[in-house]
Amino acid sequence: MNVAVAIDSVPQAALPSASEAGPAPKRIVVAYGFWIFLLSDIVMFAALFASYAVLVRATAGGPAGAQLFNQRTVAIETACLLVSSYTCGLMSLAISSRNRLGVYLGALVTFVLGATFLALEIREFASMIAIGATPERSAFLSAFFTLVGCHGLHVTLGLIWLVVMMVQVAVMGFVTSVQHRLLCFSLFWHALDIVWVGIFTVVYLMGVSP
Amino acid sequence: MNLLGRLDWSAIPLHEPIIMGATALMGLIVVAVLGFITMKGAWLYLWREWLTSVDHKRIGVMYCVLALVMLLRGFSDAIMMRAQQAVAAGGAQGYLPPEHFDQIFSAHGTIMIFFMAMPFVVGLMNFAVPLQLGIRDVAFPTLNSVSFWLTASGALLINVSLAIGEFSKAGWWGYPPLSELQYSPGVGVDYYLWSLQISGLGTLLAGINFVTTILKMRAPGMSYMRMPVFCWTALATNLLIVAAFPVLTAVLAMLLLDRYLGFHFFTNDGGGNQMLYANLFWVWGHPEVYILVLPAFGVFSEVIATFSGKPLFGYRSMVAATMAICVLSFLVWLHHFFTMGASANVNGFFGVMSMIIALPTGVKIYNWLFTMYGGRVRFSVPVLWSVGFMVTFVIGGMTGVLQAVPPADFQLHNSVFLIAHFHNVIIGGVVFGAMAGYNYWFPKAFGFKLDERWGKAAFWGWFIGFYLAFMPLYLLGLMGMTRRMQHYDDLAWRPWLVLAMIGTVIILGGIVCQIIQLVVSIRARDKLRVTADPWNGRTLEWATASPPPAWNFAFAPNVSGRDAFWTSKRREQSKQDKPGSVRAYEPIEMPKNNPTGFVSAFFAVVFGFAMIWHIWWMAGLGLLGALVTLLAFAFRRHTEFEVPAEQIARFERAQQAGAAA
Repeated sequence: MNVAVAIDSVPQAALPSASEAGPAPKRIVVAYGFWIFLLSDIVMFAALFASYAVLVRATAGGPAGAQLFNQRTVAIETACLLVSSYTCGLMSLAISSRNRLGVYLGALVTFVLGATFLALEIREFASMIAIGATPERSAFLSAFFTLVGCHGLHVTLGLIWLVVMMVQVAVMGFVTSVQHRLLCFSLFWHALDIVWVGIFTVVYLMGVSP
Repeated sequence: MNLLGRLDWSAIPLHEPIIMGATALMGLIVVAVLGFITMKGAWLYLWREWLTSVDHKRIGVMYCVLALVMLLRGFSDAIMMRAQQAVAAGGAQGYLPPEHFDQIFSAHGTIMIFFMAMPFVVGLMNFAVPLQLGIRDVAFPTLNSVSFWLTASGALLINVSLAIGEFSKAGWWGYPPLSELQYSPGVGVDYYLWSLQISGLGTLLAGINFVTTILKMRAPGMSYMRMPVFCWTALATNLLIVAAFPVLTAVLAMLLLDRYLGFHFFTNDGGGNQMLYANLFWVWGHPEVYILVLPAFGVFSEVIATFSGKPLFGYRSMVAATMAICVLSFLVWLHHFFTMGASANVNGFFGVMSMIIALPTGVKIYNWLFTMYGGRVRFSVPVLWSVGFMVTFVIGGMTGVLQAVPPADFQLHNSVFLIAHFHNVIIGGVVFGAMAGYNYWFPKAFGFKLDERWGKAAFWGWFIGFYLAFMPLYLLGLMGMTRRMQHYDDLAWRPWLVLAMIGTVIILGGIVCQIIQLVVSIRARDKLRVTADPWNGRTLEWATASPPPAWNFAFAPNVSGRDAFWTSKRREQSKQDKPGSVRAYEPIEMPKNNPTGFVSAFFAVVFGFAMIWHIWWMAGLGLLGALVTLLAFAFRRHTEFEVPAEQIARFERAQQAGAAA
């Protein structure tokens, strides 16, 4: 049955407009609330981006981005995170078809990619700190470590969350609340990708361009 | 390594008689309250029915109680400052040393904004919005409880600073470099930062909860243009919370990094930029003003329409004005520091935007006036607060427009003219609105009215006291008096400051009347008992019992127009038939009470206190505790229970019997 027929077969007067339909189903409410949370999180990142933009030239005689950033590492980090978003999507498909093995597999790959990203980021931070480019060195470095580190902290929390969710799938199965939380997790994970695209552009690409 | 970080016995200011006296008084009150609860054997009841409650009405009431208690705390700071300035003229130093006076004005501002005004408006929204929308609870009831308890945690930390250590001396906005480690090495600024971070998280979660509730959970038929105006203002406020509070979190986090880990965001050296702090702080701070005042506008809209017996004049323009303020509030933040030295064009832009935001506010004032015009106005206590607001707020608004002119602002910046202005709008707007809402919804919350006579006395105390306390400050500002002076040389200021002191004492009289009003009303509650609809109300909260049952409505109300309850009353009158008794009651699913909020807030206090005093192991413990609490919540199996149909039927029958008698 095509859509036009489906609409035609319902008497028009019987359809209340969307805004008069009464409380939305739980799944919609949960996902919507989480979207609002993500928006607030992105506002926080916006403040960190703005601070970074203000302080990017305040190097106080210390190193600037062009001397510090390794584009090869950043490229691998970006690839890891983008692919992990794809595997997170595969996990979501496995959830909707109740495929437990598929969910575990998708989560495992997502986790490994996320952890790789995190390991590379920590290695980058450590190498910078080793040559004296610490956050205490200059306002630019303070802003850099805060912005990128805050994203890294989000990834860390995401990894912990993913492990907890896999335990929940194992213990509680695909009950409604677990499904809702997995949905929120995937929204969260994709949002971190969006923030990373911003960081990649503003910090790393613009940082090394003359 | 010291296991207690920076904390030792010297942290307790035993040599300061004033602080110790205040601490002893606070301690006595706490002991008295705890003793009273123990005497009544109410601990189990309190734990089951209130502390672990996820019912939006009870959480709303707890928010308002917190706000009223913090009002007393913040007001005692105010009266101390007024007393100091009334005496410290010429060579006199008054009774408060500078480092104590500085803590008092910082604590006064912080407490009044974050722990009095915020909890009050959030409490009123918590109580009224789900009832007005005709639903059973907010979107995320447990999250709501977490929000409240995090706010209470922040309030607790700030009060602990009185007895253990000190509070910030850097003002309620904590501008660097004064708030940096170099100039504020003590724990004061850390108390400020951590209590705001913890309560700010609570507010953000509340904002997310309410945006979702209002946009996704309205009763059937409640389209956007049928929502009560209070719900619209609540929507605008919570959108602002979601968009503004993360910026506060970010900027306070940066200052924390500066202080704890030697970062250079706002320091004098290393390329730090203090104006970045000012910008980010007020990007949150100006919307915050509207976060506070918009719900108050909503209360006035409900009160004026109800007590005039007329639908609100210009509903659509009211909604448009609310949403216009919501957007414009993000385009005016720079007027808090015109003197920063931005270019004339930048100052000009923000000056013009600040003047434009007065327009939607003006629209609202006219709408309220036209609602009263031709109406049968009952001058009950909520209406007195509303009319008092209209007069006072217009004066405050006009002095605000005056300061929006950058050249004028260069003269008035940091003077007590500014102090007079923002107290004029915050007391005249937010406090009057909160009091109107308190008197208006009290019968709904508890089933009996507040005493009218004492309520009117309280209003006049506040109203007259406000004018005496703050009008002199306008003059003093024009005479050149700057804010935050511990003492001053110009004796010509003194009479005006004494007058301001007298005004503050009259406000104290108003507050005392409010306490008496509450006590008198509780004692005479059987005489003041009301039915579901004591004010001849218009919106859905008056359609259910007073106090409403946990499930709010036995049946989801079906909304067919604006002023949903008023229309349904009219329809019943014309039909002359008795409703109900035909439909069979059905069991209702309700969320179970749970201690997640209380326990996670406990760990937040542990964490915050430990961070303030650099007790790292304890901070780790606090975080771990919060994480375990969260996991325990996530692994619960039974989150809801069913209210049996029989219980609902019994409740409804008792209500109908009560109404008939």
